[in-house]
Amino acid sequence: METAPKPGRDVPPKKDKLQTKRKKPREWKNPESQRSLSGAQDPFPGPAPVPVEVVQKFCRIDKSRKLPRSKAKTRSRLEVAEAEEEETSIKAARSELLLAEEPGFLEGEDGEDTAKICQADIVEAVDITSAAKHFDLNLRQFGPYRLNYSRTGRHLAFGGRRGHVAALDWVTKKLMCEINVMEAVRDIRFLHSEALLAVAQNRWLHIYDNQGIELHCIRRCDRVTRLEFLPFHFLLATASETGFLTYLDVSVGKIVAALNARAGRLDVMSQNPYNAVIHLGHSNGTVSLWSPAMKEPLAKILCHRGGVRAVAVDSTGTYMATSGLDHQLKIFDLRGTYQPLSTRTLPHGAGHLAFSQRGLLVAGMGDVVNIWAGQGKASPPSLEQPYLTHRLSGPVHGLQFCPFEDVLGVGHSGGITSMLVPGAGEPNFDGLESNPYRSRKQRQEWEVKALLEKVPAELICLDPRALAKVDVISLEQGKKERIERLGYDPEAKAPFQPKPKQKGRSSTASLVKRKRKVMDEEHRDKVRQSLQQQQQQQQHKEVKAKSTGARPSALDRFVR
Amino acid sequence: MNVNQVAESLLALSQQEELVDLPKNCPLSENEDDGDSDGERKHQKLLEAISSLDGKNRRKLAERSEASLKVSEFNVSSEGSGEKLVLADLLELVKTSSSLATVKKQLNRVKSRKVVELPLNKEKIEQIHREARTPLEQEIFNLLHKNKRPVTDPLLTPMEKASLRAMSLEEAKMHRAELQRARALQSYYEAKARREKKIKSKKYHKVVKKGKARKASKELEQLQKVNPTVALEELEKFENARMMERMSLKHQNSGKWAKSKAIMAKYDLEARQAMQEQLAKNKELTQKFQVASEIEEEKGCTEEVEELLVPHVVNEVQMNVDGLNPWMLRNCTSDTREAATQEDPEQLPEPATHEVSESEGEERPVAEEEILLRDFEERRSLRKRSELNQDAEPAGIQETKDSSCQDVLSELRALSQKLKENHQSRKQKASSEGTVPRVQREEPAPEEAAPLLLQRPERVQTLEELEELGKEDCFQNKEIPRPVLEGQQSERTPNNRPDAPKEKKEKEQLIDLQNLLTTQSPSVRSLAVPTTIEELEDEEERDQRQMIKEAFAGDDVIRNFLKEKREAVEASKPKDVDLTLPGWGEWGGVGLKPSTKKRRRFLKAPEGPPRKDKNLPNVFISEKRNIHVAAHQVQVLPYPFTHHRQFERTIQTPVGSTWNTQRAFQKLTTPKVVTKPGHIIKPIKAEDVGYQSSSRSDLSCHTVESKMNHHTSQ
Repeated sequence: METAPKPGRDVPPKKDKLQTKRKKPREWKNPESQRSLSGAQDPFPGPAPVPVEVVQKFCRIDKSRKLPRSKAKTRSRLEVAEAEEEETSIKAARSELLLAEEPGFLEGEDGEDTAKICQADIVEAVDITSAAKHFDLNLRQFGPYRLNYSRTGRHLAFGGRRGHVAALDWVTKKLMCEINVMEAVRDIRFLHSEALLAVAQNRWLHIYDNQGIELHCIRRCDRVTRLEFLPFHFLLATASETGFLTYLDVSVGKIVAALNARAGRLDVMSQNPYNAVIHLGHSNGTVSLWSPAMKEPLAKILCHRGGVRAVAVDSTGTYMATSGLDHQLKIFDLRGTYQPLSTRTLPHGAGHLAFSQRGLLVAGMGDVVNIWAGQGKASPPSLEQPYLTHRLSGPVHGLQFCPFEDVLGVGHSGGITSMLVPGAGEPNFDGLESNPYRSRKQRQEWEVKALLEKVPAELICLDPRALAKVDVISLEQGKKERIERLGYDPEAKAPFQPKPKQKGRSSTASLVKRKRKVMDEEHRDKVRQSLQQQQQQQQHKEVKAKSTGARPSALDRFVR
Repeated sequence: MNVNQVAESLLALSQQEELVDLPKNCPLSENEDDGDSDGERKHQKLLEAISSLDGKNRRKLAERSEASLKVSEFNVSSEGSGEKLVLADLLELVKTSSSLATVKKQLNRVKSRKVVELPLNKEKIEQIHREARTPLEQEIFNLLHKNKRPVTDPLLTPMEKASLRAMSLEEAKMHRAELQRARALQSYYEAKARREKKIKSKKYHKVVKKGKARKASKELEQLQKVNPTVALEELEKFENARMMERMSLKHQNSGKWAKSKAIMAKYDLEARQAMQEQLAKNKELTQKFQVASEIEEEKGCTEEVEELLVPHVVNEVQMNVDGLNPWMLRNCTSDTREAATQEDPEQLPEPATHEVSESEGEERPVAEEEILLRDFEERRSLRKRSELNQDAEPAGIQETKDSSCQDVLSELRALSQKLKENHQSRKQKASSEGTVPRVQREEPAPEEAAPLLLQRPERVQTLEELEELGKEDCFQNKEIPRPVLEGQQSERTPNNRPDAPKEKKEKEQLIDLQNLLTTQSPSVRSLAVPTTIEELEDEEERDQRQMIKEAFAGDDVIRNFLKEKREAVEASKPKDVDLTLPGWGEWGGVGLKPSTKKRRRFLKAPEGPPRKDKNLPNVFISEKRNIHVAAHQVQVLPYPFTHHRQFERTIQTPVGSTWNTQRAFQKLTTPKVVTKPGHIIKPIKAEDVGYQSSSRSDLSCHTVESKMNHHTSQ
C-alpha cells in the first residue's frame, strides 16, 4: 500500500471545483439575418440552446400512455399544458448552469483498488478545510453512540447508550450543549431544525432544545427504540419495544397515528425520503411499509430467511438495502416490483446500513464499515467491490452520511468518527430549502415557510404523485349516481338521425334505410374488432405454447 | 423359533439319543430285571391284601415316619422296597452299581457331543427360502438388498444404539423433561376422566357421546384418506353395531317407557315428540354406510394404482412427514441418492484408498452415521408398514407372526455377528494403520458419536457451503445474481416441501420464492474483515447451531409469509353472490335445492382487477383504498374533458415555486386580468358578454365604447 497521494485519486476540495465545462459549443446561426445597426453581428443569436437530456429531467407529464380520442377543445387545453411544461422545464434546465459545484470522486490508478486507500491518505491529499472534516471523538466512557446530522448537514447530535447527549456545530466544532440524561439513550434525532432534539430514552421520549433544556417529555411514546423525522410532514415517527409505530406531529404536538405492527419488538426502522413511507424490519425476515393513513402496512416484502437487521432507502426512493441474520445484503427495487437486484453474503452480516445523498451505500459490520458506490447517481450501488473500507476502534452502532458533505459519521462504542468519503454528498444545496450557511434569521423565516407548506400526514402513500391523479372510483360512482338521478345518460352518444333531404328522397322508407345502414356499419365495426381481438388472443396462446418448448412426455400425466 | 419347532426338535433329539444308544450293546437284561422286580412287588401287595381279608391281624411292623435318634435294629422296615429285608443288604457297601455308571457315562458322552440337526421338512424350508414372487415383494427385496440391509429386525438396531449414544446431556434432560410432562399429563387425564365419570347429568353425557361420534366420523374420513385398510375395518365395526341395533329391540318403542308414552301420546305433545325422537334415532342407527364404503373402495383402488406408479420413496417421505422437519426429510431422501452413488465405490476395490487424506477420513464417519441413521429411519417405517399389513390381513396373521419372530431372531444373530466383525476389524485397524480400506462399513466408535449426531449432517453442509462461499471470488458472478434456478437447488426444493399435495401453481410460486431467498450470493471480498473476539470452539459450535436454527426458521418464514399473504388475499377478495333461481329449469319446492351444477354456474364473485402482487411471491401489497388521499383528489372532471387521463395530463406539472424557477413560477401564476389599483370596475352588463341589443347602430356605438373602455383599463 502506498501512502503517497497520486494525482489520479486526488480529491479536489469541493469549494475549488469550479470547473465549468461547456457542454456544447455554441453554433453560429445564419449571420446574415442577425445584423445590428452598426453592422456588427451577434455571435450568439437567439436563445441559448439547452441540452435535451437536461430538459427531459424536468418533464413530468407521462406521455407513454395513450390518450383516448378527445374533442378539439380538450386537445387545445392539452396542448397548452404541454407547452407550459416544456417552457418551465427549459427554464429549469437553463438554471442548472447555476449549480456550479461538482461532486467529489476517488479514482484508483489502473488496477488499483480504491478500497485500499485509507483515511490517512485521503486526508493527506485534500485541502486543509476538507482534512479538518475527518476527526475522531474519543468517548469511551458512555458506551456505543447513535448520531444524527441536521437536515442542513451543519450540526451533529449524538447520544451514548449510557446517557451522554451532545449537540455541536461539527464544522467549527462548537459545542451547543452537552448533558447526561442519566438514562439509557436508544436513539437521537434532530427535529425540523437544529434547535430541537428528540431523544429516545429508556422510558419515554424527550425533546430538548439546543441548550440542553428539556422541553417535553412525551409519555405516550414509551420505550422507543428508533426515531425518524419526516421533514415535510413535521412528523416524528417512533418505533417502540411494545410493537407500536407512533407518528407525532411536532408542529402541533399531537399524536397523528399509533399503529400496531403486530410483529413484536421494533428496532429496525428507516424512512423513504421520496414518499415519506416508513420501512420497518421484522424478525420474520419481512420489511413492512407504513403510512399514518392506513392501519395496515401498505406492503410487506419478504427479504431474508432470518430476521432483518437493518434497512436503508436511498434518496430517490428507488432502492432499498436490507441486511438480515442470514448474513446477506440485498438491494431491492422499490419501483413496484420489490425484487432483489443484487445480493451479497457478508462474512459477518451488516448490522447498520445507510445511503448517501448520491447513492453510496455504507454497511457497518462489527468494527468495520464498507462503502459501495454505483456508476452514477441513479444507479444502485454495485456490491462487487467496496469503494472504501475503514476500521474503527469499536463495533459500529450508528451510521449516517452528512448531507451536502463528503463525510460519513459513524457512532461506535469508542465514540464518534467522521470519515471522508469522496462523492458521498450532494455538492449543490438549495439555499431556500436547506442552507448550511444560513443565519438565525434565515432559519426562522425558513421555519415559518416550511410550516406553511407542511404536507398533511394523511397524504403519505406509496405514490407521492397521487394528488396529480383523479379519483377514478369516486368519479365512476358519481357518474352512475347521476345517470340514476336523471334517468338517462347525458353523455351517451345520440342515436343517428338522418338529415332531411329534398326531391322526394326523404321518404319514410329511405330514412329508415339510411338509419339501418348506419346501424349495420356500426355493428360490422364491432364484429371486426372482436374478431381481431380473438385472433390476437389465439396468436398469443400459440406463441406461449411454442415458448414452452419440448413436447410433453407421456409420463407427464402422472405429475400431480 | 416357535413352540412347535422347539417341540419337534426336542423329539428329534430324543430319537437321536435312542438311535445313538442302540448300537451300544447295553445289557438288555437290566431292563427286564427292572420289569420283573416291579411285578414281584405288585404281587406281594396283592398277597398282603388277600391275607388281610381273612380278618386275622398279623403283627404289623412298626413304621418309622420321622427321624429319631434311636433307631432300633428290630424296627427296620422294608416297606418302600416291598422286599423282605435281608441282612446281606444291610451289610453291603454303599456305592452305585457299576451297570448304572456305564449308562450315565454314555449319557454324558451323548450330551457333550454336538447334535446333528435334523433337516426341516421340505415345506418349511421352502417357506423360509422363498423367492420374491409378487412385484411388491420383489420391489421390497430389491430395496432391501440395494441398501445392504439385514432382512430381519433386531431388538435394538445399531442405529438405535448409535442414536441412544448420541444423546447429549442437554437432549437427555429434554427427554427426561418430556417424559415427566407426559407422566403428569397422564395423571391429569386420569383425574379428569375419573371426575367426568362421576358426573350424573344425562344431558352432559349425551353431549359427550355426540361429540365422540362426530370425532369418530371425522377420524374415519381421515383414515380413509391415509389408510384405507384400517378404515375398512372401522367401517366393519360400524356395520356390526348396526346389525346389533337392528337385532335388538332398542329404540323401537317397545319398552315399558315407550308403552307408557304411547298411552299418553294421544294427549301429550311432549310424549309424542319423545316417541318420534326414539324412532328417528333408531332410523339413524340402522342407516347403512353404503355411500361411504363405495367411496372408500374407489379410493382403495386408486391408491393401489398409485402405489404401482409412484416409487416407494415418495410414500416413505409422506410417512415421515409427521416429524415435520423438512431438513431431516431432505437429508433422508438425498441420502438414498448418496447411498446409491456410494454403492459403486464399495463394490470396486479402490487402489487409491491408501492415499486417503486425513480430512476425508474425518468426514467419513459422519457419512457412515448418516447412513446408519437413514437405515434406522427406513427400517422403522418398514416396520410400521408391516404392522399395518398385519392389521390389514387377519387371515395371514399366523404366518406373519411367524416370520416376524424369525426376523427378530435372525436379526439378533446378524447383529452379534456384526459386532464380532467390528471388533475384529477394529483390531485389524489397530494393527495396520492407514491401510484399512475406508469402504469397510462399520459402527461409529463411541468417541465418534458426537452429541450433535442428529444435527451433524446439516452442520457439515452449511460449513461446506460457507467454505464455498468464502472461496468464490466476487468477479466470478459479475452479472446480477438474480434469483436463478440452479440445478441443485431446484432438486432440493421439492423435497423440502412437506406439504407437497397442493395446488400446482402455488407450488411453483413457492419454489420461486425459495429460490429467491436461498440463491447463493457471492460473498463480499473485503479487505478489512471485522475483528472478533477469539472464540472458543464451543462457541463456534453454538454458532453453528444458531445457524442451523436460523436455517430451520427460514422454512417457517417462507411458509408463514405465504400463509399470511393467502389469508390477506382471501380476506380482500369480494364475496360470492348467489344468483341461482331455485326452480328455474328444474323442479322446485320445499326441500328441493338447486343442483350443484347450477349453483356452480351462478354462484359468482364479481371479478376485481388483478392484484398488483399477483406475480410477486415475496411481496404483499395492500389493495385497500387510502380514503384519506382520495379525499384530496379530484373527483369530478371539469368541462372539456371526457376522460380522466386527459385531465390528469393538465395537472401533472407542478405550479409552485418549490418546483419551478422564479420566472416560470411567475408566468404560470399570472392572473388573466390585471387591474390597476384605484380604478373603478363597473358591474358587468349583458352587452359586455355579447348579447345583441335591438338596433345595429346601438351595437356599433357600443363596440366602440367597449373598445375605449378596454384601452383605458389596460
